[in-house]
Amino acid sequence: MHYPETYTSTSHHAEGERNVVATVRNLKKSFGDREVLKGMNLDLYESENLVILGRSGTGKSVLIKCMVGLIRPDSGTIEVLGQNVFSLNPDELNALRLQVGFSFQGSALYDSMTVRENLEFPLKRNLKIFDKHKLEELVTTALEDVGLAHTINQMPAELSGGMKKRVGIARTLILKPKIMLYDEPTSGLDPITSMEINDLILSVREKYKTSSIIITHDISSAKHTSDRIIALIDGQNKMEGTFEALSETTDPDLEPFFKY
Amino acid sequence: MRLRNFLLRVADIHRFVVQVIKHFFMPPYEVREIIRQCFAVGNRSLFLITFTAFIAGIVFTRQSRPSLASFGAESWLPSLVSQAVVRSLGPLITGLICAGKLGSNIGAELGSMQVSEQIDAMEVSGTRPFSYLVVSRITATTLMLPLLVVYADVVALLGSFMTVNFINSSSFALYFNEVATNVTYLDVFSSLIKSAFFGFAIGLVGSYAGYHSEKGTTGVGKAANSAVVISMILIFVIDLLGLQVTNIFRR
Ligand SMILES: Nc1ncnc2c1ncn2[C@@H]1O[C@H](COP(=O)(O)OP(=O)(O)OP(=O)(O)O)[C@@H](O)[C@H]1O
Ligand SMILES: [Mg+2]
Repeated sequence: MHYPETYTSTSHHAEGERNVVATVRNLKKSFGDREVLKGMNLDLYESENLVILGRSGTGKSVLIKCMVGLIRPDSGTIEVLGQNVFSLNPDELNALRLQVGFSFQGSALYDSMTVRENLEFPLKRNLKIFDKHKLEELVTTALEDVGLAHTINQMPAELSGGMKKRVGIARTLILKPKIMLYDEPTSGLDPITSMEINDLILSVREKYKTSSIIITHDISSAKHTSDRIIALIDGQNKMEGTFEALSETTDPDLEPFFKY
Repeated sequence: MRLRNFLLRVADIHRFVVQVIKHFFMPPYEVREIIRQCFAVGNRSLFLITFTAFIAGIVFTRQSRPSLASFGAESWLPSLVSQAVVRSLGPLITGLICAGKLGSNIGAELGSMQVSEQIDAMEVSGTRPFSYLVVSRITATTLMLPLLVVYADVVALLGSFMTVNFINSSSFALYFNEVATNVTYLDVFSSLIKSAFFGFAIGLVGSYAGYHSEKGTTGVGKAANSAVVISMILIFVIDLLGLQVTNIFRR
């Protein structure tokens, strides 16, 4: 299997002088006999929105879970904000994870807690903020950012899928991460709600200057949010470029995405 | 391949237990969460324990009475019942009920959190889910089981007393005086320690099953189910080991 030449030379990129905030090199991961990632590479640049496009089951979620140390890869290296994720001790890993927001595919809201408690949870337990006014202020700001201030006292079960996604995003934004990882932020949502989420992703970047990886197989979401796209096909980064460039592809694996 | 999987599983369980024990001796403790879990433990099991312990006390008394009477040894009844309840019946009833009630509850709770990636979400926000979710639950069951056992003992003895009282209207003071003289410190201590081990086993098995629950909704059911079955088996094993150890001291 091949991978594009550009990946063998590190750090600098044709696009210019922007800093790399995360790199993945030759990442491999199998579950049992099933090879999921077969040598994945990527660079994430400062304040860019990088979309990873790929079919279901190609290991997109596995890739970003490796990036935050939730899954240990079989081989390959991952550097996030200059640190090698798998050489950190638990405290260092926690410190790094504070700077990386992870929005889960299924939202993963704590269903025994209210929306408020969901958002307070990392503040209290990680940042040790216990001051009532401070908590209130941070929670309301984060919820206002996602347009859901009125849900503050509701339980997750009372929210719609799109609202859950947004609360999940608010729960990670509250820690002011430098990097955001969105796992299929628009899947299972109607086109209008999807568009709202896309706009949210763009406004998050505006406001917090985050660099983001957005995993999706929703082509309109990719078009709307991406600065650059990497196509993850058969466990590898098969192709990369802007939306315009990739939409002209004739590659049999990739073309169907754009001809929806 | 199967042997390999088995060994991997054993290594995994070993790591889990070591982690739990390490956290026992490693502050900060999750005091609030432990207290909350203690209440939950009591809440979930108190009714069933009251109900079964009371009936067990009645049934045991009524069934042993005739055979004691045939020896003309009816006056030994309080001593027989109290030893049986404190040494064996109380802990066993409590242990089994808690295995069923708490084991399935912990397994299902943590299992659904695992399956819906809530535990991963805690992990990536650096909120140490292991001590928050697992260690606090195991601590709560370990602390609460001895208390529940004492409670079950009292309820069972009350059931027994009421049976005796119904038959020959013996006095409360007399009956419990008889009980107190026949139950030794060793009986009480060994039963408390044994039940703490019951509690540890129930919490541990439930949390392990839940924490390692397979993806998908069937995973949660399996986790709850195996938590109950395995902790019930463990309770009998611990009971047997406890008996051996106590017998050493009894001599
Ligand atoms: N913890 C795990 N244990 C075993 N297999 C796993 C695990 N996590 C993922 N897999 C397998 O890895 C493959 C890729 O999974 P992944 O969740 O990354 O897919 P995906 O690209 O995110 O797809 P989707 O769009 O459906 O979310 C799947 O076949 C899945 O069964
Ligand atoms: Mg996925």
